[in-house]
Amino acid sequence: MLREIRPALSLVLLFTLILGVALPAAFTGLAQAVFPFQANGSLLERNGQIIGSALIGQNFAGPTWFTPRPSALSGTDAKGKTIATPYDASESGGSSSGPTNAGMFGNVKSRIAAYLKAYGPGPVPDDAVTTSGSGLDPDISLENALRQAPAIAIARKLPPATVTALVNRLAAHRLLGVIGTDHVNVLKLNLALSRMSAP
Amino acid sequence: MTTYGILYIGLALILVLGSAFPLGAYMARLFEGKIRLLAPVETGIYRICGIDPARQMGWASYAIALLMLSVVHFGLLYAILRLQYYLPFNPQHIAGMAPMLAFNTAASFTTNTNWQAYAPESMISNGAQMFGLVVHMFISAAAGIAVAAALMRAFVSGGLKTLGNVYVDIVRITLYLLLPVALVAAVVLLIAGIPMTFDAFPTVHTLAGGTQTIGRGPLALQEAIKELGTNGGGFFNANSSHPFENPNALTNLFEIWLLLVIGFALPIAFGHMVGRKREGIALFAAMALILGLAMVGDYAAEAANNPILVHAGVMAKPGNMVGKEMRFGIAQSTTFNTAATGTSTGAVNSVTDSYTPLGGLIPMFLMQLDEVAPGGVGSGLYGMVLFALLAVFVAGLMVGRTPEYLGKKVQSREIKLAMLAVLIQTMFILAGAGFSLLTKSGLGSLDNAGPHGLTEMLYGWTSATENNGSAFAGLSANTPLLDYGLGLAMLFGRFAVLIPVLAIAGSLALKPKLPQSTGTFPTDGPLFVGLLIGVIIILGGLQFMPADTLGPLAEHYLMLAGKTF
Repeated sequence: MLREIRPALSLVLLFTLILGVALPAAFTGLAQAVFPFQANGSLLERNGQIIGSALIGQNFAGPTWFTPRPSALSGTDAKGKTIATPYDASESGGSSSGPTNAGMFGNVKSRIAAYLKAYGPGPVPDDAVTTSGSGLDPDISLENALRQAPAIAIARKLPPATVTALVNRLAAHRLLGVIGTDHVNVLKLNLALSRMSAP
Repeated sequence: MTTYGILYIGLALILVLGSAFPLGAYMARLFEGKIRLLAPVETGIYRICGIDPARQMGWASYAIALLMLSVVHFGLLYAILRLQYYLPFNPQHIAGMAPMLAFNTAASFTTNTNWQAYAPESMISNGAQMFGLVVHMFISAAAGIAVAAALMRAFVSGGLKTLGNVYVDIVRITLYLLLPVALVAAVVLLIAGIPMTFDAFPTVHTLAGGTQTIGRGPLALQEAIKELGTNGGGFFNANSSHPFENPNALTNLFEIWLLLVIGFALPIAFGHMVGRKREGIALFAAMALILGLAMVGDYAAEAANNPILVHAGVMAKPGNMVGKEMRFGIAQSTTFNTAATGTSTGAVNSVTDSYTPLGGLIPMFLMQLDEVAPGGVGSGLYGMVLFALLAVFVAGLMVGRTPEYLGKKVQSREIKLAMLAVLIQTMFILAGAGFSLLTKSGLGSLDNAGPHGLTEMLYGWTSATENNGSAFAGLSANTPLLDYGLGLAMLFGRFAVLIPVLAIAGSLALKPKLPQSTGTFPTDGPLFVGLLIGVIIILGGLQFMPADTLGPLAEHYLMLAGKTF
């Protein structure tokens, strides 16, 4: 038993130095040199200022923006009370409500009512009223975006066809008919929208 | 269900199963010591560590050395977690971990479980992730594969007293398998958008006029070995549903491939090692059948959507999107989560807690089958061989012959040890979950009421004992009861299986290798595959039927009746 202490200990320490220190340091150096955009989190700039990450959703509310999916993230305020902090990317996670959770259905019902009020009668896409796994979902379904487009066009005094065309232009589609889904990145959509007209 | 969903499952399986054949052949050569590309590096490592590569170990020495390695590594990780505040690479100034959580986390990563009772963004530093967790992801994976290799050697010939050298096995598996594949995968994932930086979280001014602090870190490398070594410890709380851990549908498919490929290559390697490829293919087929069925079943459950949601007014299609990411939709979420629970990967790309009852049952059932479809790297193969021994034993009982597997007589010692390994896990899961639910602390950990609460607790104990690490995330696991209880379950779930496996390997290695005769029960055909699957379901699964009925099955019917809690 004792004869194994030296090899075990030195192997663990050596692997820690190689795999835990040298390797990540070298790989980070290489990543920063060759793919700095991705390595730093795909940060997007506008007028020289970083406005977010292309991969991470942001919170948008109000009639002039495309609205992202509900986010289940929460934090505490200065008084220690739990408050909703949607799209706070210093944390991540879903709601963890089960399929028979009464509270979850209450939330979904009020979101459905709000959705119908904002975008008029019609189908309610599943993704528009349910929380995502990460709380930072950057995308909404193409159906959801197209449902929102006319109301946003009115709020921004743009022709509805222009906004719908923008959605279709930025949409990502299922690859080879199998991989991925039909969706739109909300930040990129709103960024393009803000270039067309001031909110 | 749509055709594209089924096609997706088919595509994912074809990619994995197809590449398992060449990788398995390569791994057999690696286990036989024929891959020596970096011989000078190996020699250097052996010299520094005082390892005699020529030393051959019997099963007991092999087990003791492996235990010693685990004890030392457990201690080091515990120290790193407690002291992370004082260690480098801590740009967010995260405090040291509390003792009970550090114990749980050290147990979790030593046992290849990667159960995460902590929220990584706020509770673990970049440094502790790198030289604490990532190193374990390599070594615990290599250790599992090493035990599988030792077991394979027991079947190669007769009268063997030794099973190899555990240090040499771990060094070679790391150098020639895990490291090269992980490095290539890390580059691919980096290009796809997974960050690799030591800088602090940036705070940006958002388009709508607010601010947003964006968590990031050196995670491209961690993501690669996290999947490849069936580890699953996410850099972020949301694991592979976080856009930085899994930016798009292609990375999702790639991560599924990474977490399954070694598990499926191992039975192929086994066939090569024993010189009868069809024997390996039989185990491989049993794994693939169970996993394929589970994937289709889980997709069907989630695509059917939750009738209460549909009744409330949402579109029935594409399916239950609660806790899922838009870029993955239904099929690509369920395929990832079933692949992860079929192996011992604690990764998720969607919240299993929010799946429909049957959608959550299938991943849990895959774990309850002792994770052999295809199972964790190494642990899946040795778990499958245990079931194969039990299957030939059952077949032997039917015809009244002494059972044999690959020319080795299977006798009472092997069967007792195999049953011990299977039963000890069942005991921890059922007794642990049952006991926890009798305590106030355990009930306080539940996030959902009704049968779903029972499922949350059962899933937690199943995941820990089977060394999976995925969770019904609603369970608040950072309590004294669950930190220590699940920590022990992980340690027993790993070592109370691994040691009997090595003991079986030692006893089988000694036995003479009998030639095949007309009376030998063939273990390379469809009949055996069917028998094997039957034994897995009866022995691995049936014990959980009462608990699974009270949890997810009861909830399923209540959901259909529109009942909420």
